[in-house]
Amino acid sequence: MKLTLRVWRQQNADADGAMSTYEVDGISSDMSFLEMLDTLNEELILRGEDPVAFDHDCREGICGACSLVINGDAHGPERTTTCQLHMRSFKDGDTIDVEPWRASAFPVIKDLVVDRTAFDRIIQAGGYITAPTGAAPEAHATPVPKPDADLAFEHAECIGCGACVAACPNGAAMLFTSAKVNHLNVLPQGAPERETRVLDMVAQMDEEGFGGCTLAGECATACPKGIPLVSITSMNKEWLRATRKVAKQR
Amino acid sequence: MYMALATRTDRRPSIARTVWDSSVGKKTVMAVSGVIMLLYLVAHMIGNLKIYFGAGEFNAYGHWLRTVGEPFMHYEWTLWLIRVVLVVAVVAHAVSAYQLSRRDIRARPSKYVHKKPRASYATRTMRWGGIILGLFIVWHVLDLTTGTVHPGGFQEGHPYQNVVDTFSTWYGNVIYIVAMLALGLHIRHGFWSAAQTLGVGSRTRDRALKTVAGVLALLLTAGFIAVPVGVMTGVVS
Ligand code: HEM
Ligand code: SF4
Ligand code: FES
Repeated sequence: MKLTLRVWRQQNADADGAMSTYEVDGISSDMSFLEMLDTLNEELILRGEDPVAFDHDCREGICGACSLVINGDAHGPERTTTCQLHMRSFKDGDTIDVEPWRASAFPVIKDLVVDRTAFDRIIQAGGYITAPTGAAPEAHATPVPKPDADLAFEHAECIGCGACVAACPNGAAMLFTSAKVNHLNVLPQGAPERETRVLDMVAQMDEEGFGGCTLAGECATACPKGIPLVSITSMNKEWLRATRKVAKQR
Repeated sequence: MYMALATRTDRRPSIARTVWDSSVGKKTVMAVSGVIMLLYLVAHMIGNLKIYFGAGEFNAYGHWLRTVGEPFMHYEWTLWLIRVVLVVAVVAHAVSAYQLSRRDIRARPSKYVHKKPRASYATRTMRWGGIILGLFIVWHVLDLTTGTVHPGGFQEGHPYQNVVDTFSTWYGNVIYIVAMLALGLHIRHGFWSAAQTLGVGSRTRDRALKTVAGVLALLLTAGFIAVPVGVMTGVVS
């Protein structure tokens, strides 16, 4: 396959960026999107040019490091991560636009790499349990009803990639935060911090400068892990419950 | 050390502060004020349809609105109570909408070069629709409540004739019908949104909520538009 790529190039956080056009040839439809970018970078290096910076780690769809808005879609046209997107989703001769996640809470570091530490700080605000852990406890020690376990697992699938923020017209982090809140709030292990977790994580989310939810639903469409929009509804419910409860305790 | 975190004792701000300072809380203010306005609009729409039963019944209904609650309430007290609640709801709704929209726009300063218009369709219609509704509410009150911008002589206590006057002008019909279409779109997304904001939406209820939102939007728009249509067709004169 021969492709035309229009890639966002930006020297550093303070520099102005722009789209640059590149031609790549000899792309196999079995390559992943990142392997296609590797091919481009090898050529750029041989030509003595600066390779395109992009994030990646596991390349198995499980770590959440890869990103990229491809032709306007976070993680491209398939519901998967960019590392698991294959070039068979494109046609010979296509022009492909590649841009970084766009949100003021995710500033560009270089080219297609953005700073996602805002997510880490949301996790630090409450995405943990305070019980001492150690070796894995006996599985039957704390019974969890099957529906709750399923719900927790569904939310635990979030890999923190940030596609939800990138796709949201408001740059909101509601889907990510709701996945993390719901994951722990439905489990008995997460019960001691049930109220503080949701209040603190939502407050941190606001603090980081993410937008609010207008229920456009773009996040859930973009999420490679299928976190559903209704997770946001569940988090709103938890937030209202916690606000009432904390008010009663005063 | 671990438990110290869970049982932290630092003081949290008041409930009102927590709600107003949080994006989720402010959205709750929007949802609650929106539902209050929605309930009022259902009653208002039903009341308006009495115009089809003639000047006598319509004007008597207008008079009754001022005497509801008597003798416990004085003349017009109930009406003023409703007006105060509505003004508070409109202001709370509009201020939250403005502040939340500013936050949203600031959170996404640079646009994608490769554009996908569908992404913000609902959000944009809510914002434009909201602005249209806000302007409409001001005009509507000045037209039929205070009479300030009313075409022809505004007569206190004769709402039937006032309504006929308004809808005998082309601009009265245009403003009103455009606003009611905006209202329909606003409620279609707004009613369902409010359910999500207030945490009453769920997977199993989603279809039902969307249906109710659509039906409410359609009934309110059609019910309100029936009044100018009545005047335009001469059924009401
Ligand atoms: C002053 C005029 C108004 C303005 C400026 C306005 C603006 C807005 C905006 C910007 C939203 C948020 C949309 C989103 O989050 O996607 C909204 C939501 C909503 N509006 Fe309005 N609106 C107005 C009047 C009304 C009226 C008259 C009603 C009565 C039916 C109403 C009911 C609602 C409801 C139920 C919501 C959903 C709240 C939520 O998302 O939780 N609005 N409005
Ligand atoms: S909710 Fe989905 S899109 Fe958002 S960070 Fe988690 S996995 Fe990525
Ligand atoms: S590189 Fe790990 S999920 Fe894509």
